[in-house]
Order: sequence, then C-alpha cells, then structure tokens
Amino acid sequence: MSTTLPEGFLPKVLFLAENYGPAYLDGAKWTLIIALIGTLVGCLIGFVCGVIQTIPIDKNDNICKRCIVGLAKAILTVYVEVFRGTPMMVQAMLFYFGFIQYTSYRISPIMAGLIVVSINTGAYMAETMRGGIFSIDKGQTEGAKAIGMTHFQTMLYVILPQAIRNIMPQIGNNLIINIKDTSVLSVISVTELMFTGKSVAGTYYTSFESFTIVCAIYLTMTLVCSRLLRLVERRIDGADSYDLATTDTLAHTSGMTNYPKPSDKY
Amino acid sequence: MTQKPILEIRHLQKSFGKNNVLKDIDFNIYPGDVTSIIGASGSGKSTLLRCINVLETPTGGEILHNGANILDKKNKITDYRAKVGMVFQSFNLFNNMTVLENCTIGVTKVLKKDQATAEQLAKQYLERVGMLPYIKAKPSQISGGQKQRVAIARALAMQPEVLLFDEPTSALDPEMVGEVLDVIRSLAQEGMTMIIVTHEMAFARDVSTRTIFMDRGVIAEDGSPDQIFKNPQNPRTREFLSRFMNN
Ligand SMILES: Nc1ncnc2c1ncn2[C@@H]1O[C@H](COP(=O)(O)OP(=O)(O)O)[C@@H](O)[C@H]1O
Ligand SMILES: [Mg+2]
Repeated sequence: MSTTLPEGFLPKVLFLAENYGPAYLDGAKWTLIIALIGTLVGCLIGFVCGVIQTIPIDKNDNICKRCIVGLAKAILTVYVEVFRGTPMMVQAMLFYFGFIQYTSYRISPIMAGLIVVSINTGAYMAETMRGGIFSIDKGQTEGAKAIGMTHFQTMLYVILPQAIRNIMPQIGNNLIINIKDTSVLSVISVTELMFTGKSVAGTYYTSFESFTIVCAIYLTMTLVCSRLLRLVERRIDGADSYDLATTDTLAHTSGMTNYPKPSDKY
Repeated sequence: MTQKPILEIRHLQKSFGKNNVLKDIDFNIYPGDVTSIIGASGSGKSTLLRCINVLETPTGGEILHNGANILDKKNKITDYRAKVGMVFQSFNLFNNMTVLENCTIGVTKVLKKDQATAEQLAKQYLERVGMLPYIKAKPSQISGGQKQRVAIARALAMQPEVLLFDEPTSALDPEMVGEVLDVIRSLAQEGMTMIIVTHEMAFARDVSTRTIFMDRGVIAEDGSPDQIFKNPQNPRTREFLSRFMNN
C-alpha cells in the first residue's frame, strides 16, 4: 500500500480508491442501509397515516368515534407539516443532540439517523398515500361494500393494493432522494458515504478527487435502485396476457372442452 | 300471497340537501319476484337501489329485511349487504384481482369460507355466466360484456337472497347487451329474486313479474308488466313509454 500521494487527477482518484476503497464501500453500505430501512419504515408510517386521514366520518357516527378520528387527523396534519416544512439536517441535529442532552440513553448516530429518515419519509409518504387512496375510483369502494366488506377489508384488499401500485414511482423517488439526503446525517457523525468522503478528503487535502469518487458511488446506487424499482413495478402488474383455463376439471365435466388450448394466448 | 316478503320498503325517503330525491317509497319484495324499475333519467331509480343496500343512507323510512329494520343501529350493515347482491352499471370489478379472485374474495373474507370452497363456488357461477375460461384474466383484459358477466358471478358467489341491477347494460356496446341480458333472463327463469333498473323495455316486459314506474321520486305506477306496458293508467307512464317506443 503506497502512502505518498501521486500527481494528477486520475492518479489521485486511483490512489484514493485503492487505499480507501473499503472505507468508501463501508460508507456506501450505511448509506444504503439507512436509505432502504428509512424508506421502508417511512412508507409504513405513511400508509398508516394515509389510511387514517381517509377514514370517512359521517353525521351518523357516534361522538366518540368522531372525536378520536378528528383528533388523530389533526395530529397527523401537524406531523406532516412540521416534517415537510423543516430541513432534515436540522431535524437530525435536534433529535440527536436533544436525545443526548435530555435522556440518559446513549443513542448511536446511526440509530438517530434511521429514526429521523423514517419519520421524515413518513411525512412525505402520508401525503402521497392520501392522494393515492383518493385517486382510486369510487366504484372500487362501492363494489367492495356491496359484497359486504367492512371499511377495513375494503382498504386492505381493494384500495391499498391499487393505491400502492399507483404510487410506486413516488416510493422509488423517495428512495432515491433518501439515498442522496442521508448525506446530511454526516452532521451527526453517521459514518455514511458523505462522512467517509469528507474524512478521506481531509486526510490528504484531496477534496475534489474524494468527492468525485463519492459522487460516482451515489450515482451508481441511485441508478441501480431506480432500475430495480422499475422491475418490481412490472412484477406487480403481472403478465400482459393470460391463459384461457381449459384444463380445469369443472370445465371438462361440463363439456366445455372446445375452448382454445391453454397455450393459446388471448 | 302467503309468503313472507324478503324486503319491505316502508315510507323510504332520501334527500341530498334540499333535493328530495325519494319521497315516500313503499313496496315489498317477495321471494322469486323479478321487479323491473323503469323511469326517466333523474327520477331516483339508482338512488332507490343504493338506499336498498345502504350505499346511501336513507333520510327517512324503514327497510325491513326478513322483518328486521336494517337501518337500526343494532343490525350489522355488512352482514345484510352480503345477502343483497348489487350489479353496477360500471361493473366495479376489483382492478387488482383476477376474474377468479374477484369472485372468491367476498366468499373468503366476508362469508369466511375456506379458499377451496370459495373457488369451487366462484367457478360454478363463472361457468354459469360463461366466463370460466377467463379466470386468470384481469378486468382490464376483458370486454365490457364479459366484465358485467363476471360482476354477476361475483354477486352470485355470495349466494344472495336478492340481486339488485342498476342499468346493467347501459355502459355496454350494443353488441354486448344481449349476452348480459341472456344471463339475467336465465337467472329469472331459475327463480332468483331480483330488482332490475333498466331502459331495455322489451327485456323488462319479458323477464319481470312486476314493473314499477318511477317518476320524480315517487312510484307513479306499479303493476304487472302487461298492465304497465300494454295498458298504463298514469298519463306520465304513457308519456314516458311513448317517448321510449318512438326512439
Ligand atoms: N350523491 C348525490 N348528491 C346529490 N344529488 C344526487 C346524488 N346522487 C343522485 N343525486 C340526485 O338525485 C336525483 C336522482 O338521481 P338518480 O337516482 O341517479 O336517478 P336515476 O337513476 O333514475 O337516473 C338526481 O337529480 C341527482 O342529481
Ligand atoms: Mg341511474
């Protein structure tokens, strides 16, 4: 392992990559972990908030239910506005330093980062989810109600699967934003990619070269993630065509064997 | 008639704000009745059907199901709805499910039957409407007439006591109307209790045991199809029918 810094842009980049490759990758690993878990937990928070915000209240419901639901909706509105209206960097500092100063629990920076990213994403996803639920045709709800489904069942089996499919692009968007925005967690010393980049840059006074590497790794991660999400979307959509079912026993016993072979695509 | 009615609609009223859409609707549905409801657009036919399965909450009156008022808070609306099937003008199939899943979901989740039983029931009724070969298709992959037949199978799989149809063929291309009407006609022949809102006058006359003419939120005339179509008493009925026959 050579320790003297060579001259020139490319040699410097190669030098850093060779000597600090594992450090960069470790930073990238934490970036990915925080972004993925934060997006996942954030989505769950957002789904729950979105569902609560779309609970219908009508005049016939009892006072108790109306109060609880009304209060929950008000709290959620405050949550969404506060977390969308302040920078995540500030949220991270408030949360981390507040926690350290006012509790005896020594929270790790990574844990604090995870929590902040999750809650922040949740605020954005709550709004997205609310929009996603409202965008589903009212006929879907009526079809479900008409066969006797409860509001909860209607949501779970009919509305949410469609709403989530429709907001998949925004979920992907949020993941990519989170991969990039976890960089602000370096202010609370989370050892993610940005933090690593800064440390290496400081060691050799090679800011430009170090951040070139950081930039390339961020871009690789976001590109790979957006491609993967595209694949997931296509999986959810299922096949473009379907097989006509003729191997079915019921069909045979009832003499419906003159339909096209199963291999015939519609 | 010595039979007990399945549904008794008593002084049913519904208003949207100041707009009184249903004014004192009164009628009974007996097992095996095929009741067609005709009337001009905006006369309240859809609202009546939607009140009957409480998709709209009536603002007055009672709906008795086997003698019990279903608007009473003690009665579970979801249990009642499971017994009253509804077929919509716009199909309202679940877009995220296959044809088969559309027909099994209510059976497993609402009636709490096991998956195998649900599939067997679903397939039985899908075969009944000629859609068994399409069990793997998604709603977006089949035609309007096929969607409506699946919607009928979905309602039938719940084994309802009454089936409500709200203009089941109005959203269909003309060449697909027949296939849906044929299914409904065969259900009528089997003695299925149905209430059918329709603009297909010839069909209503042939298939129903009773016809109700609605006009501006009231039942203007109520009788046998022969009576209503051949010898209407109310001038409004005559006017409505003559407009229809001329088209
Ligand atoms: N959700 C609603 N809010 C307000 N008015 C409504 C609503 N649904 C129906 N109406 C009104 O009720 C009247 C009857 O409508 P509808 O029952 O759909 O008539 P039909 O099915 O006979 O054409 C119409 O004047 C319509 O504008
Ligand atoms: Mg209507």
